[in-house]
Amino acid sequence: MAKPEHEITWKELNVGCVIDEPGNAAAYRTGDWRSQRPVYNKDRCIRCGTCYIFCPDMAIKILADGYIEHDLYYCKGCGICVEECPTDAITMVDEEE
Amino acid sequence: MDKNLDRLNVYASRLISQKEYFVPGHRACQGCAEALALRLVAKALGRNNVIASATGCMEIVSSPLPLTSWNVPWIHVAFENAAAVASGIEAGLKVLMRKGRIPPKRINVMAMAGDGGTSDIGLQALSGAMERGHDFIYVCFDNEAYMNTGIQRSSSTPFGASTTTSPAGSVVPGQTTWKKNMPEIAVAHNIPYVATACSSYPFDLMEKVKKAAAIEGPAYIHILSVCPTGWRLPPQMAIHAGRLAVETGMFPLYEVEQGRYHLNIDLSELRPIEEYLKIQGRFRHLTPEMIEQIQQRVGEEYEKLKKKVRMTNEGQE
Ligand SMILES: Cc1ncc(C[n+]2csc(CCOP(=O)(O)OP(=O)(O)O)c2C)c(N)n1
Ligand code: SF4
Ligand code: SF4
Ligand code: SF4
Repeated sequence: MAKPEHEITWKELNVGCVIDEPGNAAAYRTGDWRSQRPVYNKDRCIRCGTCYIFCPDMAIKILADGYIEHDLYYCKGCGICVEECPTDAITMVDEEE
Repeated sequence: MDKNLDRLNVYASRLISQKEYFVPGHRACQGCAEALALRLVAKALGRNNVIASATGCMEIVSSPLPLTSWNVPWIHVAFENAAAVASGIEAGLKVLMRKGRIPPKRINVMAMAGDGGTSDIGLQALSGAMERGHDFIYVCFDNEAYMNTGIQRSSSTPFGASTTTSPAGSVVPGQTTWKKNMPEIAVAHNIPYVATACSSYPFDLMEKVKKAAAIEGPAYIHILSVCPTGWRLPPQMAIHAGRLAVETGMFPLYEVEQGRYHLNIDLSELRPIEEYLKIQGRFRHLTPEMIEQIQQRVGEEYEKLKKKVRMTNEGQE
């Protein structure tokens, strides 16, 4: 995305509102929505990938060694990964300014 | 049973492709299991896939102009005609291949809509497309109301649920009609494949989508998609709620392949329906009598389904 969306006028849109840049919404930071943040405890993780498969925001990455990493750029703080992790390796903490 | 029972193998999540075709940065609410279902469907279908989407939450959250969450060709169409547009795409691709304008290969065509877009307003287009026998997949993301416009009841809203157009009050206790059986309507078209799925069972869901894509002709998949916002549910409970819907028999997971029924999770004993209802604000007002009424109905419907499984499999073992 070249410009922030609020600066784009109709003159710059493609005919038929075609978006010709696949997946450009990935530039949008949904992490701003969060009021709580997941904290990962690697020592408890059994590398099952359950958190990865259930995250509705694709905010969990499985690393080469099988451990995971949260992507706080996208994480909306829903808490699903915390709830679904079989070993309680993730906990939620409040976001502070 | 441990809480994540769908795991065919605890580590199965690590065996699937990490590639996403529905990318992050989408604007679904926190904990939206409809967005999760969509992610899983897109993942299962992969790259050679063209999608026609009716309006609804999943259209709005994935295409705020000039942004798109899609890594595959995707078109937003009107509320009522996703299946008609998908029919046109399928026919068009066929012609282009026949004329040698594009190389022949298997390109999957999918139509998607919410429950309002499927069981109410898009039903005619869907019925036509199934009857004409187009080679496409139709996926209904059933969050049990018109969520995108603010939780209005649809014909897929369950009995008793409070929505903004079936509010629970002192006279009327929420939705007064029973949920329309949309998968059964698809089955009545004698199409080769019909399945129900839920994002709380991700591997089952992806298997079904892959199967639907491989089959020639129309395939219909009905996905129960937990909507924390409309169901008045804490977002972290979305996956748990979907699991309870299946385990209580409220939303059985089954497939109908060439007319033969198969229960994917065959429960000998259903969990009490109350476990599912009590965690959701939309059912908070239900009286014990109404819960009993729902329990009875769920039991009957489940028995009916099991009977169909037995009937369509007799002598075929
Ligand atoms: C003909 C028409 N009527 C009404 C609308 C307004 N509208 C847009 S999305 C929507 C609700 C969609 O509900 P559903 O299909 O259940 O999908 P959900 O949002 O729940 O995923 C409505 C009523 C419209 N776009 N077009
Ligand atoms: S809190 Fe929700 S959005 Fe964030 S990583 Fe966990 S599951 Fe994903
Ligand atoms: S669900 Fe828990 S144990 Fe499994 S990979 Fe994620 S953090 Fe590790
Ligand atoms: S209203 Fe419901 S279905 Fe729509 S984005 Fe929000 S949680 Fe998802």
